[in-house]
This record gives sequence, C-alpha cells and structure tokens, in this order.
Amino acid sequence: MRGVLTILACWLVGNMLSTVIDGYISGNIIGMLLLFALLCSGVVKGETVRPAAKFLLGTMALFFVPFGVGLIDSYEVIMDNAVAIVIATVVSTFAVIIAVGWVFQLLNRDKR
Amino acid sequence: MMSIISSDLFLIVLTIGLFLLSGEIFRRTRLMLLHPVLLTAVAVIVFLKLAGIEYAHYKQSVAILDFALGMSVVALGYLMYEQVERLKSATLPVLGATIVGCIVGIGLVVGIALCFGMERDIITSIAPKSVTVPIAIAISEPRGGVVAVTSVVVFCTGVLGSICGAKLLSLCGVKDPMARGFALGAASHGIGTARAIELGAVEGAMSGLAMALTGFGTAVLLPIVEKYLY
Repeated sequence: MRGVLTILACWLVGNMLSTVIDGYISGNIIGMLLLFALLCSGVVKGETVRPAAKFLLGTMALFFVPFGVGLIDSYEVIMDNAVAIVIATVVSTFAVIIAVGWVFQLLNRDKR
Repeated sequence: MMSIISSDLFLIVLTIGLFLLSGEIFRRTRLMLLHPVLLTAVAVIVFLKLAGIEYAHYKQSVAILDFALGMSVVALGYLMYEQVERLKSATLPVLGATIVGCIVGIGLVVGIALCFGMERDIITSIAPKSVTVPIAIAISEPRGGVVAVTSVVVFCTGVLGSICGAKLLSLCGVKDPMARGFALGAASHGIGTARAIELGAVEGAMSGLAMALTGFGTAVLLPIVEKYLY
C-alpha cells in the first residue's frame, strides 16, 4: 500500500509541476522521473515500491486496450493516411535501429 | 438486461476477462498478429457494435484502466532505477544513443508525414511512435493527437522492430550486445524489449533502459518540434 501511495504522490507532484511548466511535459512522465530520483537518492527504498511497480508494469498491456478500442471511431483516419503512415513507420523504425546501434557501439568502443 | 450489459462493472469485467483469454490464445499460438491487446480490442469492438454501445460510453466506463495506465507510467521510474548501475557504467553511449535515437525517430516521421501533406493532428498522433504506449499516449493526447491512431502505430512499430531488428543490426555490423539491446528498446519499446530479453540478459536490460530514456527524451523533444516544424 505504501508503494501505491508513493507512486500516486509522485504522480500528484508531477501534475503540479506540469501545471507550472504549462503542460510542456505531462504529469505522469514527470512523476516517473521523480520516482526514479527518490529511489536513486535512497529517500524511498526499492522494496517499498517493488510490489506495486511490478504489478503495474506486468499488467500494463491491459490498460492500453481502451485506446485500441478507439479504432472503432478512428479507423477511417488511418485508412485515409495509410500509405504515408506505413512508409513513415517503416523508414523511421529501421533508421532508428541502425542509428542507435551504430552510435552506441561507436561510443562504447571509444570508452574502453 | 441492457442496463447490466452497459454498466461500468460489466464492461470492466468483460475487458479484463477477454484480455486474460487473449493472453492464453497468444501463449498457445505465439503469433504476433494475435497479440493480446489487439485481440482484446477487436473482441471488445465486435461486442460494442453488437450491443449498440457507443465508444464514448465504453471509454468512460473503463476509466479506471486509464487511471491505472497513468500509474504505470510513474512505475516506469522503478524500471529505470533497476538499471541504474548499467546506466552509470556506460553513461556516454547511453546518452549519445538516446539523443540520436529521439532526433532520428521524430525527425523522419515528421519529415515523411509533411511530405505527404498529413494533417497536424495525425502527425502528432504518429510522431511518438517509437515510445512505449503509455508514454506515447501521455505525449499525444494533450496535444490533440488521436490516441487510437497512436496506439496502433506504436504497436506496429514494436512488432516491426522486434521481427526485423536483430537481423538489421547484424547486417549493419552492430555486434556489441549492449548496443543491440539498446537499439531494440529505443526503436520498438516494450515489444522490442521482450525480443531483446530472448537474445540475452544484457540485451534485455539495455533495451528496458532505452525504452524509458527514449520515452523521456521524446516527451522533451516533441513539443519543440511541434512548435517550430509543423
């Protein structure tokens, strides 16, 4: 329960900070960083959050379902832009894999 | 009868039940096309159509799942914390690769979309496509993106990267297991991470780290791109 409270509190503070920066980054993403910072600094112990975090991360796929059901209203939008969406997705996915792989390998080699 | 079928409780039970059933089907077949999220969504759509329930009503009924998704995004901070030692051991390549990945990913999607004269809300919907679904939704929804489009494109990106990623990396001479894992996570988030875990423990851990960092990087970068490029 403490883990749940910690996560909710991070989210709440994240939402407050998000309002301050005019919604530039959404509150839950700021909350993610807050939780990371609290854990790294030792203010919150790993064990406190682990059960709640593991449950949420393990069940996460279920929480996307309602968005997938949204297709019922928006499949036409996808169909109208199908060619562009497919090309943009394929090209950028391959480019990201190659670019990230290369850059990481290059910098990791330099370090050694 | 109708009042029960369209009640919040029934729709929540239906969604979770179908999800567990889909998970079982997926485990038996291992076909990517039968991914539990996809299968559940299709089954729910069929049900809503048959029962004549509006999507807006359904979405409101299962708001608790939406809330849990918000919590999951925060919980990703714990996932990052588990990888903090690896982050320290390779700070430069991790940061360099994250920045390059975010710029290449967003740049190409937005560039290609603009070439095709896509509308602004669709560009916003597909721009965070390399990011894990909860973060992608957190980025696209407040900016007026169509979240259903976001989820589908993000899902397809994940499947594409997890199927082709390892081969593509080998073709391009990327042999470093850390680099391979990181690339999979940066391009195809959770689904790529699942594939990376199959390749090895180092690959899996790096992939999870890449997923969280790319998510954050994209959240920071996309508003700037949105403001100045389209």
